[in-house]
Amino acid sequence: MNEEKRGDCSRIDVEYVARLARLDLEPREAELFQRQLTQIVEYIRALQGVDVEGVEPMAHAVAVENVFRGDVPRDGLDRDAVLANAPEQDGEHFRVPLIVG
Amino acid sequence: MSDLADQTLYSLRGLLETGQCSAREAAADLIARIRERDGEIRAYVHLDEESVLRQAAAADAARARGEGGELLGLPVAVKDVLNVKGDPCACASRMLKGYVAPYDATAVSALRAAGAVLAGRTNMDEFAMGSSTENSAFFATRNPWNLDCVPGGSSGGSAAAVAAGEALAALGSDTGGSVRQPAAFCGCVGLKPTYGRISRYGLTAFASSLDQIGPITRDVRDAAMLLKAMAVPDPLDSTSVDVPAPDYMAALGERLDGLRLGLPREFFSDGLDPEVNRCVLTAIELCRKLGASVVDVSLPMAPHAIATYHIIACAEASSNLARFDGVRYGFRAGGANDPVELCCRTRAAGFGPEVKRRIILGAYVLSSGYYDAYYVRALKVRTLIRRDFDRAFASCDALLSPVTPTAAYRLGEKIQDPLQMYLGDLYTIPANLAGICALAVPCGMTGTALPVGMQIMGPAFREEIPLRVGHAYQQATDWHLRRAPRHGKAGQAAP
Repeated sequence: MNEEKRGDCSRIDVEYVARLARLDLEPREAELFQRQLTQIVEYIRALQGVDVEGVEPMAHAVAVENVFRGDVPRDGLDRDAVLANAPEQDGEHFRVPLIVG
Repeated sequence: MSDLADQTLYSLRGLLETGQCSAREAAADLIARIRERDGEIRAYVHLDEESVLRQAAAADAARARGEGGELLGLPVAVKDVLNVKGDPCACASRMLKGYVAPYDATAVSALRAAGAVLAGRTNMDEFAMGSSTENSAFFATRNPWNLDCVPGGSSGGSAAAVAAGEALAALGSDTGGSVRQPAAFCGCVGLKPTYGRISRYGLTAFASSLDQIGPITRDVRDAAMLLKAMAVPDPLDSTSVDVPAPDYMAALGERLDGLRLGLPREFFSDGLDPEVNRCVLTAIELCRKLGASVVDVSLPMAPHAIATYHIIACAEASSNLARFDGVRYGFRAGGANDPVELCCRTRAAGFGPEVKRRIILGAYVLSSGYYDAYYVRALKVRTLIRRDFDRAFASCDALLSPVTPTAAYRLGEKIQDPLQMYLGDLYTIPANLAGICALAVPCGMTGTALPVGMQIMGPAFREEIPLRVGHAYQQATDWHLRRAPRHGKAGQAAP
């Protein structure tokens, strides 16, 4: 598919994209979002009509340059304060369900 | 003194400096006002009264020792999206319920360094996504001018607090108008500084190339004071730009002689409410009388701004919000057998509908097959929008427009129709895409007693120009001095 053809394709498969975004949807929610997002995609598709031939994309309003600092050790955040925000932790680590059985 | 909560930062500073009141008295008055009014307004999601009084007492002690900064003892409320060490920072989301900030945002530490008292956390649309504050996972906030209307959003709690006399000033964040639009709906001043002017470190990211922290205040002078305190370059934010901030207060005066003000015709087109149009045109006429020359200009790409914005903002949001996976912060859904299931379930239960819609739209425009057609194309249109502004600023010092096409609408009116909600941001979004600065000032009232705002857009890193225009306008008008009615006292109870 070339770019133009893809742009014409205004269909959004909400359940598929939600899976890509790691988001479970209830059936009723999926149905509602399908309707609303189809309308929104239809709206943003209007950009296909703008002539952007030869125009550079602009990711940022200011030129982003790498910012260096001196190679000086300094403290990070307090571990206890950070772990205190985790839903499950053991005082040193974040706990998650078993990854490899 | 019983009216300390109705002061501006500037006037309260005068009272403090001359010993007519203490910071602790001002803080106590403010707390009393919040207790009296917030039951019906619901601007705050968190207020630690002890902490506010303690900070104020510390400011008084510092003053007694002859120490202290420009904002010593002045209370400032903070939107729930900014980290204040030791305070909850939930971004009005179930996802971050119970999260306690382990550090200060740089803007917050700058206010602390200037002596400000951090006074409470204000409601917002979840993760700053929305235009009415109805997307808060906590509750909706009401517009102090009419309790049946929205305060705007996403910084609706900040604007409502300032308008209701529950805050002298408050911080917001503006990604597509989230400081300016609620300021306009609530009759306040709202400033979106240039992208890069204020460090975003500690501002929970929504769309990183668009987000900018800004003050919501009662008048332009207070906005200038807060901007000056926060406009410091920060090695912790690679997009924080080291352009020295001028003395904004020194730029304020009563006349606009020699200034060239442009009216972008695309900002006065179909869909603009006639009453809003009338108020803004009257304000522009006054600017002319104050010495400015007014010319018509065109920003031909502006009508594409909403589509461009939603592609870019949602793409960035889908990436930024990927960090909420049920492992490190706040909420975790139960019953998952593996980390992927944990992530999917946590996000399903932790995010509200608007956040989910934007994450899905963002993942869509970034997905294979659509990336070039939507995302890259939007970045190119963004370049064209920026060029429009560059051209306009070559012949104008600032651009004037309405902030919003209508005054505040009723609670519930647009919440079921996301696209209609998005279309209300058409005048504010272009400034975010171009990265320039823009100021909202109250400039009139509708027939139903709702505030109307005028937007003053300025070139990048030239905040002193919109501030100068807004301040001169306020010296000649009294819209910013009008206060929202006290509904509770008038016997008009909230439903």
